[in-house]
Amino acid sequence: MSKTPKIQRGALIPLRQPNVSRTTLSLTLGGLMVLSIVGLFFLDIKGANPWQAMIKALEDMGKMFFQPVIEHFDWQDIPLDLLITLSMAFLTTLIGAICALFLALLSARNIGNKYLSGPISSFVALIRAVPTVLWVLIFAVSAGLGSVAAVVGMSFHSAGYLVKAYTESFEELDDGVIEALKAGGAGWWSIVFQAVLPASMSYLISWTFLRFEINFVQAVALGAAAGAGGIGFNLQMAAGHYANIREVGTFTWIILVTAIIFELVATRLKEKTRLLL
Amino acid sequence: MAIDSLEKNTALSRANVYFRAHKIRSFIGLALVLALTIAASSIAGFDLIAGIESFPKAFGWMANNFVPNQDSLSNAPRIMQKLLETVFVAIVSTVIGAVIALALALLGARSTGGNAVISALIRTFASVLRNIPIVAWAIIFLFSFGASTFTGFLALALGSIGLLTRAFMESIDETSQSTVEALKASGASRVQIIFQAVLPSVLPQIVSWVLYMIETNIRDATLVGLLTNSGIGFAFSIYYKSMQYTSAGLTVLSIVIVIVLLELVSNKLRRLIL
Repeated sequence: MSKTPKIQRGALIPLRQPNVSRTTLSLTLGGLMVLSIVGLFFLDIKGANPWQAMIKALEDMGKMFFQPVIEHFDWQDIPLDLLITLSMAFLTTLIGAICALFLALLSARNIGNKYLSGPISSFVALIRAVPTVLWVLIFAVSAGLGSVAAVVGMSFHSAGYLVKAYTESFEELDDGVIEALKAGGAGWWSIVFQAVLPASMSYLISWTFLRFEINFVQAVALGAAAGAGGIGFNLQMAAGHYANIREVGTFTWIILVTAIIFELVATRLKEKTRLLL
Repeated sequence: MAIDSLEKNTALSRANVYFRAHKIRSFIGLALVLALTIAASSIAGFDLIAGIESFPKAFGWMANNFVPNQDSLSNAPRIMQKLLETVFVAIVSTVIGAVIALALALLGARSTGGNAVISALIRTFASVLRNIPIVAWAIIFLFSFGASTFTGFLALALGSIGLLTRAFMESIDETSQSTVEALKASGASRVQIIFQAVLPSVLPQIVSWVLYMIETNIRDATLVGLLTNSGIGFAFSIYYKSMQYTSAGLTVLSIVIVIVLLELVSNKLRRLIL
């Protein structure tokens, strides 16, 4: 029962009544605004002239987008470098997906273990909280900088992301089907393989592909920041070693076109499965 | 009787054919994945055994170094300061990015924009912004803005604009199409429609996206910090390279705490708002 406010004669009728969600919304917006204003003081450009830098940035962008060149690299090697980055993304996605599948089956509330559900999701949240690059560098202590540390480190985050996504896909399944199978005496494995996986397969594929798209970007980033090789490493070399913005442009174009192709495929998959993201 | 059993037989054999085809298809699929895995491993130089072997040592490292000691605690104030820098840069870049993204989304959305050419231009622009990795943006701006927090801010802001413009556009078109049509029919102006109908109805979703983006940007800011020598990423790399592993461990721990707290707060806020 909601209380109707008393309205006095002649008083303005309140058009909006205060409620929790609106108050929270305004408070959140206000808080974000205050935090951003404070945050502005953390920005510095180390004594450079902002206008000159801005003009230089625009000139740089013109050069990289409209005059890309290859000077220090071999044209023939570049497809292989792209392939290295794609391979890292593929391996990471696959390892992440396999681990995630098992964990998600255990943690989904309708088919998994009710005692494991909470611990698994907290554990996975912890894994996701560590930025990927730090996972990679932690593994680099034991495996050395390179593709092994990169793939293993990236797999952690992939698995963490996919456990959450898969668990939600499983939990959306119709409980009636699972109950009917249970009542009919079907074992856990046959419920999983005959009902759960086939019914959620299209969601699983969409989520996995979305993660592959993210992993491609991550593989580029780690090539640049953690020496993992591939097209990201070329990008970093063109900038850090040769200081050639037009060559940076070439690699940026290659990455951009590849990423856009993946995005188009992902959008198609999303429309097909009406995935909300 | 004879016909009945004949029918049963054909049904059985049809089922057998179906299941055999199904088995063959799964087998081909598995073989394909296996072949791709072997090819990818050799191309990338990845060795699964070496990967598995690195686990005990990596976890040993974490067990040893995530426990703060005298050494790392003496660095705690500096780590805190760098952490604050990263968190605030992530927030500013997200919020400024979100404001620009909202303006672009209002111009480009089907229900509030109207001009197909402008809409297509905005969509392309946003797509370019988000499909160039943030790391690449950081590398590009290093040329003009040097190794500074501003470089990281620009890279994160551009990435956020790319992603949020698309997200906001979808939210606007999903939530307010019919309302906008009704208001248009009754003669409301575009400004009235935007401020009285569209914004109030999409604001909760926008805030939810912004909270999500802040979380992502803190993680990405760590990575960008490695390249721009700023924030928590830089702190980690200094401790890591100088083998002050307990301080590096404390740095990771502090990021984890911040991100987990942030996730809890934004989940709570989201539940109240949406």
